[in-house]
Amino acid sequence: MSDALHLEFEVSGNNFVSAGGASDEVKKTLKMLGIAPQFIRKVAIAMYEGEINMVIHAGGGRAIVDIYREKIVIVLKDEGPGIPNIELALTEGYSTATDNIRDLGFGAGMGLPNMKKYTDEFNLESEVGKGTTVTMVVNFF
Amino acid sequence: MDKKSVHTVMLDRDKCKGCISCMKRCPTEAIRVRGGKAKVLYERCIGCGECVRICPHQAKLPVYDSFDKIFDYKYRVAVPAPSLFGQFNNLKSVDLILNGLLEIGFDDVYEVAVGAELISQKTRELMEQGKLKKPIISSACPAVVELIYMRYKGLTDHVVDLVAPAEVALKLAREKALQKGIPAEDIGVFFISPCPAKVFALKNPVTAGSGVADGVLSISELYFKLLPVLPKIKDVKPLSKTGVLGLRWAACGGECYGIENEKYLAADGMENVINVLREMENDSLNYIDFIELGACPSGCVGGVLNVENPFAARARLRTFRHILEPSKNALDASEFDEEFFHWDHEPEVEDIFRLDADFATALKKMREIEDLYAKLPHLDCGQCGAPSCRAFAEDVVNGDTIIEKCPKIKDETD
Repeated sequence: MSDALHLEFEVSGNNFVSAGGASDEVKKTLKMLGIAPQFIRKVAIAMYEGEINMVIHAGGGRAIVDIYREKIVIVLKDEGPGIPNIELALTEGYSTATDNIRDLGFGAGMGLPNMKKYTDEFNLESEVGKGTTVTMVVNFF
Repeated sequence: MDKKSVHTVMLDRDKCKGCISCMKRCPTEAIRVRGGKAKVLYERCIGCGECVRICPHQAKLPVYDSFDKIFDYKYRVAVPAPSLFGQFNNLKSVDLILNGLLEIGFDDVYEVAVGAELISQKTRELMEQGKLKKPIISSACPAVVELIYMRYKGLTDHVVDLVAPAEVALKLAREKALQKGIPAEDIGVFFISPCPAKVFALKNPVTAGSGVADGVLSISELYFKLLPVLPKIKDVKPLSKTGVLGLRWAACGGECYGIENEKYLAADGMENVINVLREMENDSLNYIDFIELGACPSGCVGGVLNVENPFAARARLRTFRHILEPSKNALDASEFDEEFFHWDHEPEVEDIFRLDADFATALKKMREIEDLYAKLPHLDCGQCGAPSCRAFAEDVVNGDTIIEKCPKIKDETD
């Protein structure tokens, strides 16, 4: 495995205006590294969804990103309420978002399913009351 | 040779004070201050004209052809953008302006609004056929197209590959003159443009619309030629083929109006355009069918080659809606060859942001940039000649400047 570029971002909670900042930075970095647009698109969609999830459900968290020649590994870690039923959470259309979040255009129940769909590896670990860690990998080949 | 042989802005070196206004404003970070003067990195320039708009010393000169160039041709056709009609106060008819153009030296006129209406029809047809990748991004603003091909390569397949209305009108204008029996070498067709981006688009071989205009003139120069002759015109001949549909293209949202589909989004001004493109990258605008993006505030009426404030121009154009017919060009896009409306090639834009063709080298540079950036003050003060600390770190690593140019670093080393 080649050398990695390691990036870390603080994702602040309850702030929709700055949400997406970490994925924007990652997008820019991938462009500078010459990663092909079709892979950047997958990373952008999955990471943006993940960031938004942390803002909505967990009051923020951390994004830890490692970029290799052949892939990107994105770890999204929060200390939020945790997910009681992971299988249900991964069902398209299932949403726990409150009405005021839905009014903002979020909470369509496509967040986690899309993150899974646009990544090559997707792992979700969660403990109620402790927090959630999502690990996503997008391969560049 | 530089593939972009024609640039949109030149610098008046005597007027440039080396202040950082344009550098800070440039949406693609294409300006540096070197040796006390603003320097455009042309490979990064999308020709939006923001630097022309912001420069407090009028040192940024938009590039266009001089009006006198029309007299190089025996038969001269004016092809005015619809924003021209928003420049005049109390204008009662588009015909007056067209008659004025004949008065100052043109032999015929062909309005861009006609091309706009045809492009609207063509876009509607393509959307109905369902072949385009939604949301469709309009290709009408050349600065936006350039921006997408340069910075948002993942979105290029959303850009509809239709030529700009001006190009359609220029081609039709030339055809009309040829049909009249005018020898090809005598014909000069001249686009009257609201912005330098369109000059760039119509003149550069790397863009889609090159070679169809014999010259691109500025609305502002023509405005001052027209003003004295307009009151003297007694017999106003009916020449105009502009309808409301075409005229509305002059301002942001006008293009969407011609699409006849409510799932549209229209954004104007570079900052807003960039925000929309960023959202598109995250796939968060997937409920939209059509996206109209204009680099200038308020759309084409906000182009830097106009005279009038864009909001006033827009208000004036609104008064025409009651006078003009919805459409009166009597042309049908479906009667043209398919190629007539499509790009003959995609824009060629270099991958200028890639740090190195070799991944390991690019990664090493990226790390150096991160390390250096961490040491910088993050004030984005511009004293180093770069628009932001981030851009400065990139410049240093790329060998374009030296770290001592940062006042904070210099203080520490002194």
